[in-house]
Order: sequence, then structure tokens, then C-alpha cells
Amino acid sequence: MDATAAPLLEVRACRQSYHKDSAADLLVLDNVNLAISDGEIVGLLGRSGSGKSTLLRIVAGLLRPSGGEVRWRGAAVAGPTPGIAMVFQSFALFPWLTVRENVELGLEAQGVARAERAQRAEAAIDLIGLGGYDGAYPKELSGGMRQRVGLARALVVHPDLLLMDEPFSALDVLTAETLRTDLIDLWSEGRLPIRAMLMVTHNIEEAVLMCDRILVFSANPGRVESELRVPFAHPRDRLDPGFRQRVDDIYALMTRRAAPPAPRPVAAAADMGFATPLHPMSTNLLAGLLETLAAPPYDGRADLPALAARLQLEADELLPLGETLQLLNLGVLEEGDLRLTEQGREFAQANTERRKAIFAAALRAHVPLAAAIRRTLDERWNHRASAVRFRDELEDHMSPDYAEDTLRTAISWGRYAELYSYDEEAQQFSLEDVETPA
Amino acid sequence: MSSTVHPVLAHPRRLPNVWDAAALLCVFAAIAAVAHVTPQTFRPIDAPGAITVSLDPRQLPDYALRTTLRMFGAMAASLLFTFTYAPLAARSRRAGLVMIPLLDVLQSVPILGFLSFTTVFFMSLFPGRVMGLELAAIFAIFTSQAWNMAFSMYQALTTVPRDLEEATRSFRLSGWQRFWRLDVPFAMPGLVWNTMLSMSGGWFFVVASEAITLGDKTWTLPGIGSYVAVALDQRDLGAVAWAILAMLVVIVLYDQILFRPLVAWSAKFRMETTAGAVAADPWVLKLLRRTAVLRRLGDGIAAGFGAVAGLRLGRSAGYVRRIDSRPSLAGDITFLVLVGALALYAAWQVVAYVAANHLGWADLGEAVLLGSFTLLRVAVLIALAAVVWVPIGVWVGLRPNWARRIQIAAQFLAAFPANLLFPIFVVGIVRLRLNAEIWLTPLMILGTQWYILFNVVAGASAFPADLREAASNFRVRGRLWWRRVILPGIFPYFVTGAITASGGSWNAAIVAEVATWGNTKLSAHGLGAYIAHATDAGDFPRIVLGVAVMSGFVLAFNRVLWRPLYAFATRRLTLD
Repeated sequence: MDATAAPLLEVRACRQSYHKDSAADLLVLDNVNLAISDGEIVGLLGRSGSGKSTLLRIVAGLLRPSGGEVRWRGAAVAGPTPGIAMVFQSFALFPWLTVRENVELGLEAQGVARAERAQRAEAAIDLIGLGGYDGAYPKELSGGMRQRVGLARALVVHPDLLLMDEPFSALDVLTAETLRTDLIDLWSEGRLPIRAMLMVTHNIEEAVLMCDRILVFSANPGRVESELRVPFAHPRDRLDPGFRQRVDDIYALMTRRAAPPAPRPVAAAADMGFATPLHPMSTNLLAGLLETLAAPPYDGRADLPALAARLQLEADELLPLGETLQLLNLGVLEEGDLRLTEQGREFAQANTERRKAIFAAALRAHVPLAAAIRRTLDERWNHRASAVRFRDELEDHMSPDYAEDTLRTAISWGRYAELYSYDEEAQQFSLEDVETPA
Repeated sequence: MSSTVHPVLAHPRRLPNVWDAAALLCVFAAIAAVAHVTPQTFRPIDAPGAITVSLDPRQLPDYALRTTLRMFGAMAASLLFTFTYAPLAARSRRAGLVMIPLLDVLQSVPILGFLSFTTVFFMSLFPGRVMGLELAAIFAIFTSQAWNMAFSMYQALTTVPRDLEEATRSFRLSGWQRFWRLDVPFAMPGLVWNTMLSMSGGWFFVVASEAITLGDKTWTLPGIGSYVAVALDQRDLGAVAWAILAMLVVIVLYDQILFRPLVAWSAKFRMETTAGAVAADPWVLKLLRRTAVLRRLGDGIAAGFGAVAGLRLGRSAGYVRRIDSRPSLAGDITFLVLVGALALYAAWQVVAYVAANHLGWADLGEAVLLGSFTLLRVAVLIALAAVVWVPIGVWVGLRPNWARRIQIAAQFLAAFPANLLFPIFVVGIVRLRLNAEIWLTPLMILGTQWYILFNVVAGASAFPADLREAASNFRVRGRLWWRRVILPGIFPYFVTGAITASGGSWNAAIVAEVATWGNTKLSAHGLGAYIAHATDAGDFPRIVLGVAVMSGFVLAFNRVLWRPLYAFATRRLTLD
């Protein structure tokens, strides 16, 4: 790799904001810089909602950034670019086109002649291991085979840069692993007609397995938090101590960022108002995690990579769980570990009634939204309040999707804690069926 | 990587077979039929036999053919309309603001009331030619078909999956390519289904629009509908029976040759990602897929279509979606001012028209009162149909063997133009001296009740087996079972069917509230009869008033009752 050569792709000071009618614009991406050179695989690692998929779409020319610029081979990108092709998380195959027709789609759009189209499609189909499936429709294929079609469709246009948006996250573990190693093998053997890859993932091991360079994203707004090189040659061994160390490092990196400056005082939490989005975590899941942590072998403290492996959760799923426990002051994330607090331990050992009481107390103390809903209900003479006003208030601080998730979560937690009840038809909170403490 | 090659299951046959011969005959027959009919439409109206209808049953195949071709002419026009109107409304936010409510209103306008205007209009386009009448008939059918097709296309266009849309942009498909590769295929299942509903409704209108009376003049366009009209005039019950038979044959052929294969074929455009249980191909589709000559013909057509659809017309999309984009305020204001001006002009025109024709509040009051009678009729009929067909539909739907057969039968009955059966009822009412106010009423729902049966059967067969098992496990029976288990389960389906049925009934009112048998005229009080009488008298202002009031009733009925019910059904009574 020639370090002095100009990069294929450059993203400079990229900013993406979400336009809100009433309030100030919400930032999705803030000052992101990125360069991709010939011959490297770059991974964008981050949690859902960190804006990494948005960045990928900006690079693909599908989305115009609100600020900053994207340059492809020195020229500004203004829409989908011929040298860049994309593989989608959901495969995005056309169900009414056969495998071959799906693969030919990009060539057809370029106006490639029929004979050449057929020949190139055939080559791509064979390369990616789909020979014999030419005439099949996507619905006849398994998930892994479908993503192979997605890969062939992107490769057939001979892009210089291949973009992949969580390409293996919709597949089961074994299928995903086969596809990863197949792709890396073809890449190492130089048989792929591409010069670089940019992939979005939330799977830490996947990033370490495939990428030469990993950009770790932080959320709210999305920023490149840190950048790591993965110096190992392909094929990589997941059990290699160096590999494990990298995975541990990234976990530590991601939890360190997640941890607040200090054990949060109650007053500070109230000051934050509604601005904190809540992860839509079911109380069953939280209770299950607390019980697991309290029980041996963890006895109140667990290493996150080990816990993820044991629970078969990906970092993307485990970290929000940990953060939620931390938010409720039932657990603490520190240096890649998850530790139970006193309340967390008490919760794990309590019966249902007691658990609800602990949870209710935690909500009132640490979740301003839930506390505000309950306060409003207590103040109203009829003990009813419309959900609309809370949603509106949330949308001043976050995108409608997050506001919806947050409100749903507050509803579900409040119901579990019997802090308030909610009528879906009327979209109203009330104190019906809730025993008001004397 | 894996390189397994699966053996191809079916070898394409190369040599022509018996099916080929049969297929070729069919194709030639179709071509000959079109060639036979086309010249007749350009004949002068006063040429011998151009617009006279004889009651000789041997003429019926010819008449049936002409009726059918009118149907297909209208279908072509409807498709053209759908493919232009829907994309326009979907692509431009501003156009959509006006075009979609407009479609909603057009859908509620009783077409039959307008027959008289359109006939005059088209006759003036082709003075003295049969073509004018033909176009008027085709237009009447078109207006019964186009709106819901355009709606379904619009709905599909606005719900195209985001990842597929991104894929077409990422691979830089041109606008034209995207339309044929993504938009049309995605809309296809809904479009085929709505086309089928439209066609079913269309038979009703083609029959009604072939014999047009305006004031003291009557034109009969050769076809099954005018054949029945003449038979009624001459009190010839035998001829009516012949016409019904001919129509049955036509509907069977249309059902078997066109729509069963089309619906089966359109299944490939469904967005499901798993290969579900696939029903056996209808015989015509089998014929098309397994006959060597037709296969090659089909492949040729597909290749030609692919070449046309693949043309790189139009620019490829650049940045289309901008999540931070703000609509241009100046553009919005200009647009609103334009629409406002147009609306004011229209209002002024209406006032001027009303003033010039001495229509007063009393006329409006009369029309509204009569409208309430018709509303009462429609409401009672839907309720009656529900009481009769819901239990039957549930019983049938829970028995898979029956369900398939009954569904096909109900679909077929819905397609059969019920107005052909009216004479039999009318003769009955006259002979038995029954009260026309009451006994003409059932005619309104004769053709549309099947939608209720059809949908209830579909709902009951889709009812989850585990819920049924749970109900029987807890020994939920009798009234409780109906109230808590099955009625909520089929409710969304019932509402869908009832909406279709009530819409059709309003339209049918115009032909169902008045009936003639030779010189005997039967008439019930209602808005439909009001419009029909005004048409007979050539009283244009009252036709306009009647049609406007009826549109108002239909719109209000939909907004106040059906939409909220439908929203409730989908929100509360579906699991997901």
C-alpha cells in the first residue's frame, strides 16, 4: 500500500442534521472525517443510532450531507457514483426478478449490451458461489444465498469501493461466518474486482475479523470517537490472544465512553430533563440480566465480552442493557465490566412485589420522563394526561423515532412498576388500577 | 465456494404438441373477432343495423363479443389513466394534495347518473357515427374502473420499500427503468386484484350503458345490455333468459381465460420473502407455461418488454431524499393561491348554473330527503346481508374444502351483472302486485352482497388455528364464541367487504329504484329514482343536483361510518 497516494474517498467535516419544524435541528452526525485508500477494509463500528448507516448512505450518494463534503477520486460526490456499489442489510433484492436479473440490474442501468451483461453476470454469479441458481427467484433461496446475490449484484458493476451496511446481521451465526470467510478469502486472493471496502457493523468481533482499520462511533451526535488499526494478516484466528485483546480493548473503549463522569447524583438526573433517549428494553430482560449477574459465576461482576458470549448477545444488544441498568442505578459499567449496585443486588433477590417497588423508586429517581408523567397525573384533578404532550416535548430533543421508542419504553416501565397505567385507544396516562400510596 | 448445480426439473419441450394447435386456434380466433367488430364502430349511425338490436338469440354471440370488447377498451383506458395519474400524484407532494381527494370524490360519484351528459358529449365528438356512442359506453365503464385502480397504484407507490428504492438509486437506474423495474412490479398484486374488482363492477355498467335514453330519444348500441333492454320493452322473458345465458358464458370465459391466470401470475410480485404454499396454476396459465409455441411467444414478449423497460429514459436519480429539506415556502404559497383561485372559479360556476336554472333550496331539500330514503335502504340492506352472510361465511370459511369453492363462486357471482336479473324480479313484483317501495330495494344489493360473503369467507379461513384451538380448549361456545372469538377475528374483512358492497349499492340505486316491464313502470321513492326520472325527462339541472347530492351522501357515509370502522378494525383487531 502506497501511503502517499491520494485516498479513493475522502469525507471532510461531514455534518448531518435532522430538520425539526419547531425546535432547533437535531444533529445525527457531527464533524466526521474519513479517508479510504486503495487496498483497505475499513469498518464503522458503533451502536444503533450512532449515525454510521447515515454516513454510509452519504458516502453512497444516497443522502446529501447537511454540511461538509464527500470527494470521490478528488471530485465532489453529487448523487450515486459509478465507482461505488452497495450491499444492503436487508439484501434489497427484487422479489420479481430472478437471481440473474437481479445481478444484471446495475449493468442494465448503465446501458451495457445484452450479451456482455449476460457474460459478466455469469462470471459474478460463479465467483460468489451461486452457479446453478441463475433462474431462481430470491424467495426460493436461504438468507445466506440471498446475501450472496446482493454481493454479486454489487460486484458485477466492478466498483472500486464496495459499501456494506451490516451485511451479515440478518443471517444466523453459522451462515454469517461462512459468508465472512468466503468474502475475505476472495479479497485476499485478489479475485474481487474492487479496490477497497467500507462496512458498517455493530458486531465487534466481525469488525476485528475483517477490517484493517476500525472507526469507533459515539452516539448523539454521531462522531468518530477513536480509530484503531488491526495489524493481523488474513485469515485471522478468533482465538488468537492478540485478537482477543483487540476485542477486549474495543469493549473497554465503548463502555468507557458510555460511563458518566461519576456515579450520578439524583439532582443531576432531574436537570437533564427529557433529553435522554431510553433504550426500549423489556423489564423481563432487565430482570433476567440482573439475576444472571447476581448468580455465580459472576457474583455481581461480569466481563462484557464473556457475558456477551454466554448470553449470545452482540455488543450492540448488551451495551444498551448495561447502560439501562446504569441509568436506573441498578448496575455500573466500568472498563469493560458490568457490576451490580446494592439496589441491583436487592432487586435480583426480591419477590415480585418488592421488585416492582424497587423499580418504581428507580424510575422516579432516575428517569425524569417517568417521574414527570407521574407528577402530572398526581397534580391533575382527574388523574389523566394525554401522551401527545409528552411526545411533543420529547421530539424537541430527539428524532420522532427515538421519541416514540422512548415514550413506549416509559409506558412499559411505568406499567411494570405500577407507577401509572396507559390507555392505548385514548392515548392517555391515568392512575387507574394503580394503588396510590397513602 | 459452493458450486452445486441443481438439475433443472422441467425440460422445455421443443416440438409443437396438441396444446400448441389449440392455443394457435385461440389466438387466431381472438384476432378474427377484433377484426370483425372494429369496422362496425366506424359506421354511420343511420346505416341499416348499426344501432338496432334484434332479439334473435343467434345474434347473441356477436353482441356478447361487442360487449366484451367495450370492456377491454375501457380496461386499457383505465390502465393508461392509472399509470399516469398515480405516479404524478405520488411524485409531487403538491399535486398529491389535490389529486388524491379528487380521486376520493370521483370514486363516490354515481356514474350512471352522468351517462346522459357523457353521451351527448361523445356524440358531438363523432357526429352521426356509432363511434360516439361506443366511446360514451366505454367512458361509462372507464369511470367505474379507473379510480380504485389508481388508488391502489398510488398506495403502492407511496409504500415502496426503502431498501429497494435505495438499491435502484444506488445502481443509478433511470426514472423509466425504475418505474418498470420497481414501481409497477411492486404495485402489481394490488393492481391486478383491483382490476379484477373493477372488471366485476364494469360488467354492471357495460350492460347499463348500452341502451341510453335521453328525453324522448333512445339509442341502443348492439350488445347484451341493449338486447335485454329491447327484450324488456317487448316483454320477452325468453329473450331475457337467453341474454342471461350468454352473459354466464362470457363471465365464465373471462374468469377462466383472463383473471384466474392473471391473479396466479401476479403472485410472483408479492413482497413475501419465503416461498409459501403455492396454489396450483389455473389451466390457462399451465397452457401458457407448458406449450412450446406459446412459451416462446411469451419469452419473446417478455424480452421485448425487458428491452423497452430497460431503456435509459430520463435522468437517473441523484439526491432524492433529504432528511433536512424544507419545502419551498414560495412554491407552496403559489400553489395554494392557484388552487384557491380554481376552487373559487368552480364555486362561482356552480352558483351561476344553479341560478340560471331556477333551482332553489326546496329542490335541494327534496333531493336530500330522497337521499335519506336511499341511505336507509342501503343501511338496511347491508345489515340484512350481514345477518345472512356472516354466519354462512364463517361456517364455510372454517372448512377449507368448502372455502375455496365458495370463494370462487362468490367472486363469479360478484362479476355477474345483476341488472340482467332485474327483469325476473320486476315480473314477479308486477304479477304478485307487491309493494314496489319495499320489493325493488333488494335489487340494489343483488350484485354487491357477494363481496361481503367473499370477504367473510376469506377472514374466517385466515383465522389463526391456535386461537380456535384455545377457544375450544377453554370450551368457549355459543354466543360467547361469536362475540369474543370469531366476530372480532373477521371484523376487518367484513368491513372491507361491506365498504365495497355499500359503494356498489349506491350506484345500483339509479337502476334499481325504477323498473319497467313493457308499459308498466315501477318506481320507489329515493334519490336513485329521482336521478333516473330526471334523465328520462332530459332535465339536466336536476340530474346534476341529484348526482351531487348522492356524491355527498356517499362521501359522508364513507367518512362518518366506514373509515372510522376500518381504522378501528385495523388498529384493534389485528395482531401486529
